[in-house]
Amino acid sequence: MSFSLARLAAMMIKEFVQMRRDRMTFGMMVGIPLLQLLLFGYAINSDPKHLPTAILDADHGPVGRSVVAAMQASRYFDVTSMPGDEARADEILARGEAQFVVTIPVDFSRRVLRGERPQMVVEADATDPAATANALGVLEHIALHAADRDLAGPHAGLRQGAAPFDLVVHRRYNPEGETAFNIVPGLMGVVLTMTMVIMTCLAVTRERERGTMESLLAMPLTPMEVMLGKILPYIAVGYVQVAFILGVAKLLFAVPMVGSLVLLSLVTIVFIAANLAVGFTFSTIAGNQLQAVQMGFFFFLPSILLSGFMFPFRGMPEWAQVIGEALPLTHFLRIVRGILLKGSPWGDIALDVGAMVLFTAVAGAIAIKRYRMTLD
Amino acid sequence: MTAAIAVTGLTKRFGNRTVVDAIDLTVAEGRIMGFLGPNGSGKTTTIRMLCGLLHIDGGTGECLGLDIRTRAAEIKRQAGYMTQRFSLYEDMTVGENLDFAARVHGVKDRARRVDASLERMGLTHRRDQLAGELSGGWKQRLALAACILHRPRLLLLDEPTAGVDPQARREFWERIHGFAAEGMTVLVSTHYMDEAERCHAIAYIAYGHLLTVGTVAEVVAGAGLSAASVAGVDPELVAKLKSLPSVATATAMGARVHLAGPDAGALGRDLDGLHVDWHAEDPNLEDVFIHLMAAHPEGGR
Ligand SMILES: Nc1ncnc2c1ncn2[C@@H]1O[C@H](COP(=O)(O)OP(=O)(O)O)[C@@H](O)[C@H]1O
Ligand SMILES: [Mg+2]
Repeated sequence: MSFSLARLAAMMIKEFVQMRRDRMTFGMMVGIPLLQLLLFGYAINSDPKHLPTAILDADHGPVGRSVVAAMQASRYFDVTSMPGDEARADEILARGEAQFVVTIPVDFSRRVLRGERPQMVVEADATDPAATANALGVLEHIALHAADRDLAGPHAGLRQGAAPFDLVVHRRYNPEGETAFNIVPGLMGVVLTMTMVIMTCLAVTRERERGTMESLLAMPLTPMEVMLGKILPYIAVGYVQVAFILGVAKLLFAVPMVGSLVLLSLVTIVFIAANLAVGFTFSTIAGNQLQAVQMGFFFFLPSILLSGFMFPFRGMPEWAQVIGEALPLTHFLRIVRGILLKGSPWGDIALDVGAMVLFTAVAGAIAIKRYRMTLD
Repeated sequence: MTAAIAVTGLTKRFGNRTVVDAIDLTVAEGRIMGFLGPNGSGKTTTIRMLCGLLHIDGGTGECLGLDIRTRAAEIKRQAGYMTQRFSLYEDMTVGENLDFAARVHGVKDRARRVDASLERMGLTHRRDQLAGELSGGWKQRLALAACILHRPRLLLLDEPTAGVDPQARREFWERIHGFAAEGMTVLVSTHYMDEAERCHAIAYIAYGHLLTVGTVAEVVAGAGLSAASVAGVDPELVAKLKSLPSVATATAMGARVHLAGPDAGALGRDLDGLHVDWHAEDPNLEDVFIHLMAAHPEGGR
């Protein structure tokens, strides 16, 4: 029996009708993106202040004291400890007791006054870049003017131009030092992964659980018609979600959108299809709707943890990166961030798109192969 | 006359249990074949194999001249299957369910055909009602409407009248005869004995084995049973009658007890010996089925 567009349309219309009647699924489609946006969006909007700061002051001079005072005054930094040596300072940072360690070297004040521009090193725990970004921005400003009072009289000339000392910032634990804008574009991929896999999987297992599979199988439908009929309506749903998230990202969080939205929408089809194929494959394994949801989470967890959404990809151990590379979300995150934040053209994302296409093809082939035309 | 269904040695196993064991069945075109048997005897399993819903473990056969092993897709296009349990979409309306079936089957002039079928089944005023909200009898009508929309040549109905009131059953059978008159072949499973009388032929299955096939008269004659009617309702009497070696089945019927056994002479002698008021009567289908089941090695009493 050859593929028939009319039968595919029949399947799709049926799915849309059922989707409309299913409050639960409908709630999931709107609720999940909304909830996640608000949760993560709150994290983005928050501008954490009073971050614990350790000062390693080997100078004990006036300029260092002025800088520290200015930092405190900015309210972004709270000096919580004064470690005696570097080892202790490292320990404090590693344990998360302080977000920043500011090291003021020996002779700092004297060398500033001599106009030698000594270095002041700030180490930041940047595991959560959103938490440190603003504080570090403020620090640049402080460096410019903190020493103004000390640079009086004969030293007044040093007030002009660049800061009188060299502010060196080391972002630790997060070499990419990514900004908070990463999160909302990333959220698009996360929401799609979560909803698309579970929804297709449910759409198929529901037929089995309710016994409607028997009628469906007795009808002259090919596996391809059933699969596409189940998947295509959810691509439409996925697009509604994408539009919703992008809209909120733009209006509420002012996420920059540098690149081509057309390119992004095209690539998003591949990503949605990849997840739907996974959902369909799961549905051929899951016996009931509960198992379907469990399997969805089984896929969702590594996706969210190893894709670079939660933790910077390059900061992960190699084995985790290998797993991450196999997940469509990893590639989609790179693409979305690339297009939205850096304005990546097609050439820059082609490899990641290729990886997603490959994933979709493999998952789709497994799904079709596993889909049985009989009840046993 | 050609056969709409012709299978030999049809076998189905679930794990190491043989649920349908080497069934041979032929249904002539345009006939109504009743498929009888107790619960769990393999009726549903057999029907599912006929329309390609279950993998076949043994045997060969054709439906509508198409090999059931290799051409299930084509069989599905020309057959209508009404499942034992309602299996249409309860979250869709009557109209939406029919529209879906019509689209999948590529029915020409869809809207009109759906309307006509609603009309024919008396479902027009329930068109916008959710299928899940219908009562049993209406669900059954909807299910039947959905499986005849595409004018199949073969109808497979799995216990379509279970749990339906007598009036609705009557109407249902009138429809079935209407379909047969239009040339459809019908295989209908049931465990109502009276429905067997409405079929052109019956097949009786128990423990996965086909025990007898033929018209009701042939089946009854073929069993070679004799029957008798004894006056009395006393449970003690019934127990005593049942224990007679010549009696295969004893059924209390109002003021009398209906008996059947394979040997007319022995039955008469035994009854005379008891000095009861009795007379001979015709054996019925139920006698035959009980006798066949008891005589079967797996059903030994
Ligand atoms: N999918 C299945 N897996 C295992 N056993 C089954 C399955 N379907 C039916 N059976 C068993 O096969 C036997 C025949 O069932 P079925 O064909 O439904 O009988 P009927 O329709 O005559 O009541 C029953 O004992 C039933 O338990
Ligand atoms: Mg059954």
